[in-house]
Amino acid sequence: MTCHDYKDLMMGYLDNELSDEQRRRFEEHLSGCPECAGELKDFQKLKAITDEVTLVEPEDRIWQDYWTGIYNRIERDVGWVIFSVAAILLFIYGGFKLIETIITDATAGILLKAGLLALVLGLAILFVSVFRERIYFWSKDRYRNVRR
Amino acid sequence: MTSVCQEESIVLQRCQRGSAEAFEVLVNRYMKDAYFIALGLVGNREDALDLSQEAFVRAFRHIKDVKPGRKFFPWFYQILKNLCVSHLRKRRYRQASSLNGEDCPEVASTNDCFSPEEVAKRNEMKAQVWQAIGKLDEKHREVIILRHFQNMSYENIAEALFCNKGTVTSRLYYARKKLEELLGGPKHDISRGQPIVNGKGGFIHDMP
Repeated sequence: MTCHDYKDLMMGYLDNELSDEQRRRFEEHLSGCPECAGELKDFQKLKAITDEVTLVEPEDRIWQDYWTGIYNRIERDVGWVIFSVAAILLFIYGGFKLIETIITDATAGILLKAGLLALVLGLAILFVSVFRERIYFWSKDRYRNVRR
Repeated sequence: MTSVCQEESIVLQRCQRGSAEAFEVLVNRYMKDAYFIALGLVGNREDALDLSQEAFVRAFRHIKDVKPGRKFFPWFYQILKNLCVSHLRKRRYRQASSLNGEDCPEVASTNDCFSPEEVAKRNEMKAQVWQAIGKLDEKHREVIILRHFQNMSYENIAEALFCNKGTVTSRLYYARKKLEELLGGPKHDISRGQPIVNGKGGFIHDMP
């Protein structure tokens, strides 16, 4: 094994992650390799410095309110979903009612009726096209089953 | 350990059936880890709090994606990390925001010394280390955060990062090498390099 092969063991040695056998093997290597011994010493100093750094613990209030913050967001999400579904349904219903009224209204001009029908037809084509595209890309997405 | 895993598995199943109470148990268990990891990745307390909470919200929304028998935290960590990374990209930071200033309110100050000079020196050193960690690239920063601030074992880090232990040790090696360099370590040529904060490098040399 070369010194390079001992790099992983050096990290494990530093972080106390080696088995007894690995530790013995690494110490054996260290005794005959001043370069690795020097590198380990530098890492030990660095580790000591890094271990001195601790992060400020937020006030207790933050932890007490933490779940409430999450719950409120979840609740709002549910609220938005219900609101959006209801708004879409009402919009579609209102739209159909409006179209029905205009189409059946004998006094409405033929141009208005044709324009309205063209608008509905255009919207329907756009919707189908976007929907079909989404399905196509979803079925071709190689990463859709990637483990999360 | 096994009983904790079994208990978590039961809690997860309840969450997957839509129980908010069960999810609260998971939140209470991992909120501190989530907050401190986010803090390590984005370097700002307000953003860390917001992002860690948002990660839990998204986790609850997609909790059914956790495969049976899998642990919650490694899966959750991916959500949290992606949120933090996209947050940094959005705000066009490459590094944690605290790096821009010399003040590091995220790092706990030393007050266990009688000498004010010693206290100041140690606090300055901690600020330098924190800033140097923020200068690491994403994959190196995360292993340092998980190892040093979360005290996670190599096995748990590997699980959270979906990689093997060899990759963890290798990343730790290069992350520490880079840190050493940023702190003005032995192989760092300060005259050419970028010593951090007030141009003072070399704390590694100062250590006993």
